Amino acid sequence: METILSLKKLDKKYGQVHAVNNLSFDIQKGNVYGILGPNGSGKSTTLGIILNVVNRTSGEFSWFNGKLSTHEALKKVGAIIERPNFYPYMTATQNLNLICKIKGISTDKINEKLTTVNLFERRDSKFKTFSLGMKQRLAIASALLNDPEILILDEPTNGLDPQGIHEIREIIKEIAANGTTILLASHLLDEVEKVCSHVVVIRNGVKLYSGRVNEMTASKGLFELKVDENEEKLIELLKQHSAIDKINKEHETFIATLNTEISSTEINEYLFKNGLVLSHLVKRKPSLEQQFLDLTSNN
Amino acid sequence: MLRLLTIEFHKLKHNRASKVLSLIYFGLLTSIALIAAIKFEFGNFKLHLADAGIFNFPYIWHFNTYMAAILKFFLLLVIVSMMANEYSYKTLKQNLIDGLSKKEFILSKFYAVILFALVSTIFVFVISLILGFAYSDYNELSIITTDLEYLFAFFIKLVAFFSFGLFLGILVKRSAFAVGAMFVWLIIESIFKGYLFWTFQNAENTTEKVNRIMQFLPLESISNLIKEPFSRLNAVKSAANMMGETFTKSYAVEFSTILIVSFWTFIFIYLSFVLLKKRDL
Repeated sequence: METILSLKKLDKKYGQVHAVNNLSFDIQKGNVYGILGPNGSGKSTTLGIILNVVNRTSGEFSWFNGKLSTHEALKKVGAIIERPNFYPYMTATQNLNLICKIKGISTDKINEKLTTVNLFERRDSKFKTFSLGMKQRLAIASALLNDPEILILDEPTNGLDPQGIHEIREIIKEIAANGTTILLASHLLDEVEKVCSHVVVIRNGVKLYSGRVNEMTASKGLFELKVDENEEKLIELLKQHSAIDKINKEHETFIATLNTEISSTEINEYLFKNGLVLSHLVKRKPSLEQQFLDLTSNN
Repeated sequence: MLRLLTIEFHKLKHNRASKVLSLIYFGLLTSIALIAAIKFEFGNFKLHLADAGIFNFPYIWHFNTYMAAILKFFLLLVIVSMMANEYSYKTLKQNLIDGLSKKEFILSKFYAVILFALVSTIFVFVISLILGFAYSDYNELSIITTDLEYLFAFFIKLVAFFSFGLFLGILVKRSAFAVGAMFVWLIIESIFKGYLFWTFQNAENTTEKVNRIMQFLPLESISNLIKEPFSRLNAVKSAANMMGETFTKSYAVEFSTILIVSFWTFIFIYLSFVLLKKRDL
């Protein structure tokens, strides 16, 4: 597998603040990566470093196995960060023309990419007349101009209305389906869950987890249980069962976390034999949200 | 280089403010020709500037470059805003992400500065040539080609001045403040000059000593490149002679001044690059 980007022990300090702390991970071709972390966890700083706009304090990063200098590599990358930045006095087409000149590519694809993001009709409107959603879509069009090897998106749906969010996500999914490598920074879990195959979780600049989204915790799953009466007995019985790790109560529902894999049938049978009838029983995997909160609060 | 220039030109050509200012600038340059039309008549005293010898070769090179250099402030606004806008629109960040290196970014601005200076110089050259052929008393080739170093000095002067503007644009990131900063710097140089005069007030040749130090400062050296041409004019000279004043001033373009100014240009561009490199965007 081809490595597109590799970070080794990257460090960034802003005075006292340690924004990125000893961060290492690799981006392989063809995967969709999410960088997940709460606000201020160092996601944008990390992207800023690899995109040549923030100076690193120490550590290394290399594009395409170090075959290209950073600014040459960036010509093969499509990136949008935080807010779309374009020249307000130029039209959409003029702005994209300029980017073609910077990247040294032909201007043939401008109309095609504008169509992809539904801006073709507004191509001759000045950038300053655009709504935030349109600006963000233009940013995506600009990032796609060179048919990039990797698309880097930093909080692409931040500040958009639900329709705008939906549009952007559809576009991202389409791009991902074409086999483009994507690196998506977000604090929105469902965004990462819906789009990404791999995830890097960071908090306070420290990497907490990196790997496949569905392997994020080695969890065996959990049960949601409810009884109409006799709650003490339920707790008692569950505690005695060897497969159950811990029990929490959330409102009326008990959450039993497992340490070994058992089926709902087994637990139901066990409880029924001991004279307890359940009113509600669901087995499920923990949501990414729970895993994320576990990771970011417990460590 | 051509790629960087086309990038910069693309940014400028769609910007209305830059276009208008550039047009005004070149319009005003052309209007130097209008000086030819100035005629004073006070009773018996008649002064027709075109006949007073200001358009005589080779004096015209000196006079026109000096007059044209006054107009450089219009282009300064264009230069400073082309730098500061990149910060206020945050397009500098976008440019870097799109694959422009920081060095290329500074170079594209510097090339634009050189181009502006070059076009201005050619413009002044052509206008002076036309005016000279129309009004000059001497049209021999050897006289026309004398003192052409004023054009070179004019070019160097503009490049240095705009490079200073470029640097201030990067330093303070806001066009208005950058122009203000240039003005503040002018005041600082003037105060320093006043201080030097005060220090050397009891010494011999006070002015000479002060100038020997002042020549190394950026704005002073830039203004030293082309000295005022008025007292060189024959009409003024003879008037002064009648009143018993004699001028022994050198009006030539000094090689040392060109060196000092080129050095400052290098410093400004290099500092801009260092500043950009060190900054997190």
